[in-house]
Amino acid sequence: MADTKQEIVRIENLHKRYGNLEVLKGVSLSISEGEVVVVIGPSGTGKSTMLRCINLLTRPDAGGIWVSGVEMTNPRADINRARENIGMVFQDFNLFSHLTALQNVTIALTKVKGMKPEAARAKGLEELEQVGLADKANAYPAQLSGGQKQRVAIARALAMDPKVMLFDEPTSALDPELIGEVLEVMKKLAKSGMTMLVVTHEMSFAREVADRIIFMDGGYIVEDSPPDQLFTNPKSDRARLFLSKIESYHRTEGPPMGGRG
Amino acid sequence: MQNAEAVFSSLPYIGRGIPMTLIITTITLAFGALIGLPLALARVYGNRFWAGLVNTVVQTIRSIPLIVIIFIAFSVLSDLQLPAFVAACLSLAIRSSAYQSELFRGAIQSIGPGQMMAARALGFTRIRAIFHIIIPQALRLAIPSWSNEAAVVLKDSSLAFAVGVLEMMRRADYVRARTGNAILTYALVGIIYFLMTFITNRLLDQLDRRLSVPMEGS
Amino acid sequence: MSALLSYYQSILPKLWAGTLVTLQLSFWALLIGFAIGLPMALARIYGRGLLKALAIAYIELLRGSPLVVQLLLIYYGLPQLGIVIPGTTSAIIALGLNSAAYQAEYYRGAILAVSEGQMMAARALGMSRLQAIRHIVLPQALRLVLPALSNEVAYMLKYSSVAFLIAVKELTAMGKIAIGRSYKARETWLLVAVFYIILVNGAARLMQYVERKFKIPGLQMEEVH
Repeated sequence: MADTKQEIVRIENLHKRYGNLEVLKGVSLSISEGEVVVVIGPSGTGKSTMLRCINLLTRPDAGGIWVSGVEMTNPRADINRARENIGMVFQDFNLFSHLTALQNVTIALTKVKGMKPEAARAKGLEELEQVGLADKANAYPAQLSGGQKQRVAIARALAMDPKVMLFDEPTSALDPELIGEVLEVMKKLAKSGMTMLVVTHEMSFAREVADRIIFMDGGYIVEDSPPDQLFTNPKSDRARLFLSKIESYHRTEGPPMGGRG
Repeated sequence: MQNAEAVFSSLPYIGRGIPMTLIITTITLAFGALIGLPLALARVYGNRFWAGLVNTVVQTIRSIPLIVIIFIAFSVLSDLQLPAFVAACLSLAIRSSAYQSELFRGAIQSIGPGQMMAARALGFTRIRAIFHIIIPQALRLAIPSWSNEAAVVLKDSSLAFAVGVLEMMRRADYVRARTGNAILTYALVGIIYFLMTFITNRLLDQLDRRLSVPMEGS
Repeated sequence: MSALLSYYQSILPKLWAGTLVTLQLSFWALLIGFAIGLPMALARIYGRGLLKALAIAYIELLRGSPLVVQLLLIYYGLPQLGIVIPGTTSAIIALGLNSAAYQAEYYRGAILAVSEGQMMAARALGMSRLQAIRHIVLPQALRLVLPALSNEVAYMLKYSSVAFLIAVKELTAMGKIAIGRSYKARETWLLVAVFYIILVNGAARLMQYVERKFKIPGLQMEEVH
């Protein structure tokens, strides 16, 4: 069914190394419109690096990346324009510290998209409403909880009307009791048909929302399957080992909403 | 004390040097900021060549006593028929720009890399991210150190008297020579300077509070 | 070009003699600054009432007024009180008293940066307040203060130049004397500047060495300005 839809992200044979450490050893991936793809795997296996290569925050050493038809890896591509189509949510929020929640959402609308201030304001309030934070529009980041910050960050990314949303461990920096509110917003977003690529350790979220789970290890995509299959009957030993470790953690000490990775 | 009355009656004469002191200080700080901020940006965001060059120049200027900078400027500018006032302001401004580039650099570097990353992810170019996201934060963060620099410049403007600029210190020197009461003259001038630095710092504190937004960590 | 070089050669001995005086002024000023500044810092932190108020008044007044004013006050003021001392001594006293105010603030910052917990743990072990300051707080604070002290060393080397105003024959004064004979102002001041650049950067190297030597892993502080 996915193949009938338009391809939003395509990655071909992506390589990246930092000094002596080869983080990505040839990763290929395709994501169609409306798909929710969750990336799991042990720490340090290149999941976040792959995500950052997609909008070129990290420059790949080799390989090709296309996002809604734009070849990101082409040196002549207008990367700033292309990035408007790619929403990104960071592990540590990265809200602009000197701006209120509303200004955080509107600044790129006015300065990058060239929207009129009133229109941007209306759009910003709408987006904050969507993440349940309209009443915090005038609060500064330092006055918000971690969960609220991350919801503002999601609203900020969504306001640009992106074609795809990248989530880089969006709940890893949160206290356990704040994880739920962020996952709720992400679930709602998934249901609305947004194309999403999510790096996370939240297995319950992956199981419930993902169309496909990608298991990465050692710089490769080891497995790419629907959640049912990956969780109940993983093809690779490495995925099986990883999942059993996660599960034993949850049985013994995991908080109700899932682990913190 | 000898001639105390003469000193006190000369206070208005000394006080008329206050505007000159303030003018030198204001010009210096303004030019220092105008040059210092771009230098700071070059040091943080410039390529290796520019950052290295600016670093070396700043480090060199910071190693020379202000009075020697003033004498160099004076010896060059007096050949060009420019008054000592210009030499004093220019020297103070050159030195202040070196120090201000330090404090702005510190402020910029205390802003986490995530701010730039988030801006780029939203489609900001590097330049626009610097202008809309980094500089507004850096300027706020720099106010306390800038207040300190303002006090330094205010006090060091007194060195302009060494090349004959008729500011407060020069006037005090005349009064001391005429009355012979150095203790009272310089104590009074010292107190005037102290009050001026005190008020300057307070005003900038106010500005800091007025502009402050609840920022975390930084 | 060779005329310039031979001029430089002719004033080198003078500038060298001035350099030694600059070093001498700075050394004694820093020492006086330490001897007065540390007790001032302790008085400001741990003292009460009049003692604390006096420490604060001293520190703020000296930091809030120009060094030139302080220098001339002492140079012209002491004879007024019947105390006649050489200019060099006046300069050392003025620079030393000035440095004391700045050093006091550096020590205060460093002492405050040593965590409350350290003092508490020392008291819990049965040390008196004084013992805790002496054996626990100060050894840490003095290491923490080294970067700020490096600044102060550079500051003294540069600001001792104001002593030329009272005819102390340090580096800047020697430059002036040389110009008085040769009328080569620009050339002379550039060479004087080079002397200071070497002096200040050399001192910075030396202080870096001291910092490394006394460094304790994990114990450090943001630079104080």
